[in-house]
Amino acid sequence: MALNPEFVGKAFPYDEPFSVGVEKIREFARAIGDDNPLYRDREAARRAGYPDLVAPPTFAIAVIMKAQDKLLFDPRLGLNFDVVVHGDQRFVYHRPIVAGDELSSTPYVDQVRVLGGNDLISLRTEVTDPDGNPVCTAYGTLVARGTA
Amino acid sequence: MTPVLAELSVGDALPPLTYRVTRKQLVQYAGAAGDFNAIHWNQRVAVDVGLPDVIAHGMFTMASALRIVTDWVGDPGLVKQTEVRFTRPVVVADDDRGAEVEVSAVVGAIDGHAGTARIDITAKFNGQTVLGKARAVVALP
Repeated sequence: MALNPEFVGKAFPYDEPFSVGVEKIREFARAIGDDNPLYRDREAARRAGYPDLVAPPTFAIAVIMKAQDKLLFDPRLGLNFDVVVHGDQRFVYHRPIVAGDELSSTPYVDQVRVLGGNDLISLRTEVTDPDGNPVCTAYGTLVARGTA
Repeated sequence: MTPVLAELSVGDALPPLTYRVTRKQLVQYAGAAGDFNAIHWNQRVAVDVGLPDVIAHGMFTMASALRIVTDWVGDPGLVKQTEVRFTRPVVVADDDRGAEVEVSAVVGAIDGHAGTARIDITAKFNGQTVLGKARAVVALP
């Protein structure tokens, strides 16, 4: 079943900001096996000029996860999540994410299409701070295998 | 020490990186990232949807491959952009060894005006690449 084209071009702002915590950054860094001191040592991060721990670059996916999932699990979209795999991902950082950030995510559906029997959806998620300043833009494509 | 842009040449290789990923790490990553898709921890579900076995999260592979760049520059805040295409899955067997992924990277382009270098990353599992167009743009002094 093709994905609902009415989603294309629309914004789906998520109402709850993501609070970036010190322990969440440490947990994420441990999970990816990365012992960079800027991810775990608050003093080292401050000495490097940051207000607190720096998040690993791909931590941005954890920041936007709930906002994207709310959109992707919307039954009107018609995405079969059981067969979804990740097609591609890109992050553009307007500044590094640090502990203490309160980040809002607004996903947009840039495109839905059918390719080789698969349904593809391309999302762009704008991550901003409480003043509306851009922090990160995440672009991702998800592939529902064999659903088209 | 952070590398200096003026001392880099296109084609320069970064220090290589090899990492192992086990089922336990996938469970750990699922919790850390909030991605509980069962194909990353449940063989029954993975096989049901046509995969050979449990596979690593694409984002785990992206994060691990990008470490070759952040280890090199030291400060992860210097990463301005990064992108990958997920072209082959990293299959993680139900044993203590898991899967081994070999990561290499070269300087792909230098933009002196912007003060950035593009790093092109290759990640291989079982001798085959698992990422396409894997790149990071870093700002360097």
